[in-house]
Amino acid sequence: MRLLEYQAKSLFADYGIPIPQGLTSTTIEQGRKDAGKLGFPFVIKAQMAVGGRGKAGAIQKCHNADEFELKYPEIMQKVVKGEKTKAILLEKMADIKKEIYLSLFLNRGKRCYTVISSSEGGVEIESVKNQIIHEVGLGKVDTKTAEEIGKEIGLKDKALAQFVDILQKLSKITIEKEAELAEINPLAVLKDDSLVALDGKMIIDDNSMFRHDELRKFQEVSELEERAEKSGFSLVELDGNIAVVGNGAGLVMSTLDMLSDNGGKPACFLDVGGGATTDTVYEALTLISKMKKVKGILVNLYGGIVKTTIVATAFIKAYENKLVDVPVFARMSGAEADKSKEMLKGSRTKMFDTIEEAINAAVIEVNKNG
Amino acid sequence: MADLFELLIGKEGEKDYKKKAVIVQGITGKFGSLHTQQMLAYGTNIVAGVTPGKGGQKYEGVPIYENMKDAVNATGAKISIIFVPAKFFLSAAVEALEAGIKLLIAIPEHVPIKDALTVVELSKKYDAIVVGPNTPGVIIPGIIKIGIMPASPFKPGRIAVLSRSGTLMYEVSNNLSLANFGQSICFGIGGDPINGSPLIQAFDTIRNGANIDGVVVVGEIGGDAEEMLAQHIIDTKFDKPVVAYIAGRAAPKEKKMGHAGAIIYGTYGSAESKVSMYAKANVPVAKRPAEVPMLLAGKLEKGRNK
Repeated sequence: MRLLEYQAKSLFADYGIPIPQGLTSTTIEQGRKDAGKLGFPFVIKAQMAVGGRGKAGAIQKCHNADEFELKYPEIMQKVVKGEKTKAILLEKMADIKKEIYLSLFLNRGKRCYTVISSSEGGVEIESVKNQIIHEVGLGKVDTKTAEEIGKEIGLKDKALAQFVDILQKLSKITIEKEAELAEINPLAVLKDDSLVALDGKMIIDDNSMFRHDELRKFQEVSELEERAEKSGFSLVELDGNIAVVGNGAGLVMSTLDMLSDNGGKPACFLDVGGGATTDTVYEALTLISKMKKVKGILVNLYGGIVKTTIVATAFIKAYENKLVDVPVFARMSGAEADKSKEMLKGSRTKMFDTIEEAINAAVIEVNKNG
Repeated sequence: MADLFELLIGKEGEKDYKKKAVIVQGITGKFGSLHTQQMLAYGTNIVAGVTPGKGGQKYEGVPIYENMKDAVNATGAKISIIFVPAKFFLSAAVEALEAGIKLLIAIPEHVPIKDALTVVELSKKYDAIVVGPNTPGVIIPGIIKIGIMPASPFKPGRIAVLSRSGTLMYEVSNNLSLANFGQSICFGIGGDPINGSPLIQAFDTIRNGANIDGVVVVGEIGGDAEEMLAQHIIDTKFDKPVVAYIAGRAAPKEKKMGHAGAIIYGTYGSAESKVSMYAKANVPVAKRPAEVPMLLAGKLEKGRNK
């Protein structure tokens, strides 16, 4: 789960990491009240789960009420790299001397957390120069390590002492909230040498959510994705018109790739999961039927523990109940595949021996129907 | 590091050669019981199960113990497979490693990263191999199956398959079997961000196997395991054919594609990054699972003509 800036900052504040004074709203009425409390000038920041907001005009300075009336609605409407604005953060401007990069990041290859820091922050991590990287095991950063890092990025005296404090607090958040990433970029050094977190990004380990009820308020999933999770399968909505259904994350991804290679556009990624039953697959088809954009369904199954007949039965039920009215292109292999083919004979499901053939037919048919 | 083939098969002449003892943790649960049946049917020597509160009972003739210590003491088994809900995984794994298990197959999906990291640290301390979590397990076709994979895709042979995805391991192995490339071992790495045996380590546990003519690596987006493996192949001058497949080229960024580990942040974890590193290591990457046997045949042919 990726937290929005204001959510990450609320955790920072809970742990005593300094942040600028700010207020979050989702309507212009509330925004006006917030503006009154803060006083001009301030920055209007779109809250969206994506980097590069500044360049895209989703973060803008605001000096007076006239500007506010123009910019607030404009930023509320912003879409950056497909991500919409979820809320608006109004934040007091800071008197910045220097911008630092600081994060704790789970390094999967090394199987430990790393502290990444640089004296040249304020740009996206891929462009951050002179990165200083320290491995810190399960995420704990002791005072000595924090001091070393602070010195390496050129801090001293008051700023260094505050950096050590902030890094240790960030480490505490990472461990206690089970974050895969906790990033402050930029961490600003102000004219008076005090430090403040101007931005915040956190990614929480979804699998740890069962012991973090306090973070549930930040969780935002689409209704469809939530229903999918409840039924034990994973669904990712995409922009195209062919729904891709299969068993196993790898197999479904592989099917998306091949579909895209052949000019098809996936409408969703749907992995029915290892514990699929006829009921859960039927629920999956119900969700797909709610996606208006879907013009065809591509099914790729390798039957093992989840037998292909489980899926075939769900399709037959879906046809009986008139749940599915788009063409279905299926490749079923493995456990009980022959039986499934027999069951679906003469139905809306067209069966193919290979996934390549199923994809070709799906792309031709869906494109033909516009 | 412990030798995987020795743990799974043993040495010729030993009493338990090709009949290594396996304990099932969570043997009476929904998945544990189903897969115990399937593993027994395959010929895996399951000697004990563990379910707290059911010690003294039997399942399919297999004695059940209260805890791992009792089960290991009674059987001397060095291998265990875990089927418990994710939130109980950590305590089950700790119990197994502390009881002396040297090969731990961790089936549960949705294990928190912190718990997986803790088990990784512990496995180093006890010099044990952990496979998973979120793995289909390990199979040596015709000899031993410790996992949830169906039996039908796998045939005995001389190709090692390492896979970050379950169904793709079945799919690719099936394609290999149909092309007469049997498998010496199929090793499920697991779909999580943190693996007990990451690709590079899994590779090292099998690379010296006398029964290996080539290696197939089934990867996916997320992390940098493929990049590290490619560098490792270059650094250690591994000279047998290696062929790869990577799922997720068409996946959007910052979206978790079913597996907790299948996610791209920026360029970290992207398919392009993996393909370009494989190219440096002279490892061809198949566009489709069906292409794997063709690429492998090509590589083996080239090797013979050297």
